Amino acid sequence: MKQLHELTIKEVHDGYLNKDFTCVDLVRHFQNRIEKYNPKLNIYLALNSNVLTEAEAIDKEIAEKGITRPLLGIPFAVKDNFLTVGITTTASSNILKDYHPQYDSTVIEKIKNAGAIILGKTNMDSFAHGSSTETSDFGPTLNPWNPEKLPGGSSGGSAAAIAAQLATVALGSETAGSIRQPAAWCGVTGLKPTYGRASRYGIIAMASSTDSPGPIGKSVEDCAIVTEVISGKDPKDATTSPSPVEKYTESLYATDLRSVRIGIVKEYLLTEMREDVKNLILNAADKLRLLGATVEEVSLMDPHYSIGVYTVIQRSEVSSNLARFDGIRFGHERDTFCEETKRRIMLGTYTLSAGYYDAFYKKAQAVRTKIVDEFDEIFKTYDAVIGAVSPGPAHSLGATKNQPMFGEMEDVLLEPSSIAGLTSVGVPCGFVDNLPIGLQITSNQLKESTAIKIADCFQRHTQFQLFPDLDKTI
Amino acid sequence: MKATPLIGLEVHVELETKSKMFCGCPADHFGKDPNTQTCPVCLGLPGALPVPNEKAIESCLKIGLALNCHINSLSKFDRKQYFYPDLAKGYQISQYDQPFCSDGFVMLDSGKRIGIERVHMEEDTGKLQHVELEGEKVSLVDFNRSGVPLVEIVSRPDLSSSAEAKEYLKKIHEIVRAIDVSSADMEKGQMRLEPTVNVCIENESGTHYTPLSEIKNINSFNFATQAIDFEIARQTDEFNKTGTEKTAINKTTRGYDAVKKITFLQRTKEEAKDYRYFPEPDIPPFILENELIEKLKGELPKLPDQEIAILIDLGVGSNDAKVIVKAHKNAMETIKTVATANEKIDIKKLASLIVNGKLVYANDKDLLLKQYQELTKVGNTNTEELKAVVEKIIADNPDVVSEYKKGKTNVAGFFVGQAMKETKGQADPQTLNKIVLDILK
Repeated sequence: MKQLHELTIKEVHDGYLNKDFTCVDLVRHFQNRIEKYNPKLNIYLALNSNVLTEAEAIDKEIAEKGITRPLLGIPFAVKDNFLTVGITTTASSNILKDYHPQYDSTVIEKIKNAGAIILGKTNMDSFAHGSSTETSDFGPTLNPWNPEKLPGGSSGGSAAAIAAQLATVALGSETAGSIRQPAAWCGVTGLKPTYGRASRYGIIAMASSTDSPGPIGKSVEDCAIVTEVISGKDPKDATTSPSPVEKYTESLYATDLRSVRIGIVKEYLLTEMREDVKNLILNAADKLRLLGATVEEVSLMDPHYSIGVYTVIQRSEVSSNLARFDGIRFGHERDTFCEETKRRIMLGTYTLSAGYYDAFYKKAQAVRTKIVDEFDEIFKTYDAVIGAVSPGPAHSLGATKNQPMFGEMEDVLLEPSSIAGLTSVGVPCGFVDNLPIGLQITSNQLKESTAIKIADCFQRHTQFQLFPDLDKTI
Repeated sequence: MKATPLIGLEVHVELETKSKMFCGCPADHFGKDPNTQTCPVCLGLPGALPVPNEKAIESCLKIGLALNCHINSLSKFDRKQYFYPDLAKGYQISQYDQPFCSDGFVMLDSGKRIGIERVHMEEDTGKLQHVELEGEKVSLVDFNRSGVPLVEIVSRPDLSSSAEAKEYLKKIHEIVRAIDVSSADMEKGQMRLEPTVNVCIENESGTHYTPLSEIKNINSFNFATQAIDFEIARQTDEFNKTGTEKTAINKTTRGYDAVKKITFLQRTKEEAKDYRYFPEPDIPPFILENELIEKLKGELPKLPDQEIAILIDLGVGSNDAKVIVKAHKNAMETIKTVATANEKIDIKKLASLIVNGKLVYANDKDLLLKQYQELTKVGNTNTEELKAVVEKIIADNPDVVSEYKKGKTNVAGFFVGQAMKETKGQADPQTLNKIVLDILK
């Protein structure tokens, strides 16, 4: 029999209904695990002190009404850039150390309304500036598969929380790779919804034009359930899409992928990519063919162009978004920003300055439009494109030192889809050096159902979604 | 030497919408306790996002339409970035290169057209209060005004005197009030003025332009007039002394001291801020459909100048038309209805009765008609009947007649008065007057 921390959302609900355990049991179980492993892994920055009271109320509700809410009694790990009333929210930055939010972000409101329980807030790159969780002002999170390795980032704490099974499911946010890349490095599943599918209201902004909140979980199914809950038009976020939210869970359990057309992007099999990583992606393509999908080689712009576009746009928006931390109102001076954040503010300020705006920002927007058009063209023929999430497995601790472009190089295969605001699922597709490798399945805007269907079918017909035995790995 | 001032005006108008520009807080901030009308959005708290107020945008478009502007079908917001304690987010959401409205004009009474470069939408900032607290000088921030919708109307430098500037400002003031988007109360800071001034000097050595100066935040028409006049004189004088001409980098920003009645230097262009404008990523761009623009056009009332023109067309004297339109809302419609419904009404007379106060104006056509008829009651004009009455009075008053003959012609009024009395006021005074004079001749 599975242990409580190993259960998926559906399995937790089955357990509640069969009275195998209560919500209080589950929460206590996670608390014990957190107490045991968190000091070593540095995943949680703050814990919800009210969690047992909430669990008791949920047990009462289940006893009275059964399970009528989709996330009832599901323990969440939440990235520390989601504002949560009652739990400090720092974005892993000293400038917001001890910041107590006045309101819940819309996504938090939605999961709470769906019955979720928040165990605590997870570590991240400071202000999400990075792909390693090493730029956190509160120390790096360690990779549960190998504590000498980085978990990826910026949602490194949330991905590690799932890999270490310190929560049933987690919330992360992606600006360009920040869900899919840590999920891949930690060997778990992550879903980046379309930009504007889930509200950004109450999430500490990184790059406003690409930030997308989404789930990290043990399975595509769990990610689909959470995405269905958090999606939808929010009157408080003008960039959310008014289109109705599809029932993503109806795309699960496809027996095959006949009539699905998938493009495997030639340019994403980078020349600098390790052969063994490349082979895992090609094997995954073969697996998808076996499931009935048509998989053909397609060509897109060299993804390295996206690095330039993304770097300029993101740094520009960052320099602006962080202006509100002006040293007057949040208790700490601007020099409390970490080095990486300062670098980004400087670069963004420069690219927006008179005389440089046209050369950098405008040019970047023009290339962005070209990237969007290119994907549009591809999705006329294909339902999804696939490629590796990262060029390789998790890097070692310290790898980001003196590497200001570390994140951009690691996220080279994810930035095009983020710039275009697409939806994408990252699923484990094998191991190299005993470290997990992720496959990205990317679909057009608002085509979450398509990416979910392919990723779910792939996951159910492979055995790559594994979890480390922490007592052996750390 | 010929000196022609070139004056442009930036006018900020606070809109009187129910809620603020990007959040649900009340927009009416005047006299409220500090920081009682705030929320995460207008306080610029982490994670908060702006959602544009459609009503405010419609008001901005209406201002644009009323100022004969072109409405840009594609528009967007931008971030204007600078640090100041009253600016919660570290940037102001404004419009940079794609304002809602552009290329309009205001027609002065002389027939001169003053070009409007653009009309755009932005948000107001908070307010600093410099006070002494427990013996310490401190600055406090009140964010009640933060995020209140603000429309900026930018003219071209087509005004060539402070008098023209004042007329232009008064017209803008009348228009925003007439279309009901703002009371534009200057004392409450609902309308703020920033003239930009320089002078074109033509002399034997050619045509020269003096350096531009922008005069910040003036809150009365008279101060604007004084500041402009001071600035024209100062610049002309300065040019005569130094010969310094306008360059791309010597624009200055000046303040106006209303007590000393002088402008003073605030900063030079070298110190000017680089606002690092870029498109506001939190608000998608706007596509303004023709349908909406037509709908808004339909909702616009007649503007003061249009009402005046209509009244003049109907026969009202031009001064009377101006006085009436300025003093009474909707007067044009009411007067027009009264005058066109009743052939016997002389609209010119009706208007002058209103202007000279004999007729008390009310937005009620029946009341107007009744008063008018009272005041212009046409009496008995039967010449024969009246002649008999007058002849009798003249016969009864030989001494008055002899006074008249001696040259005291104003005693004629005596006979008219007596005749009026005799006829119990039923006689038509003009007819009577004529008869009296005829007989006495």
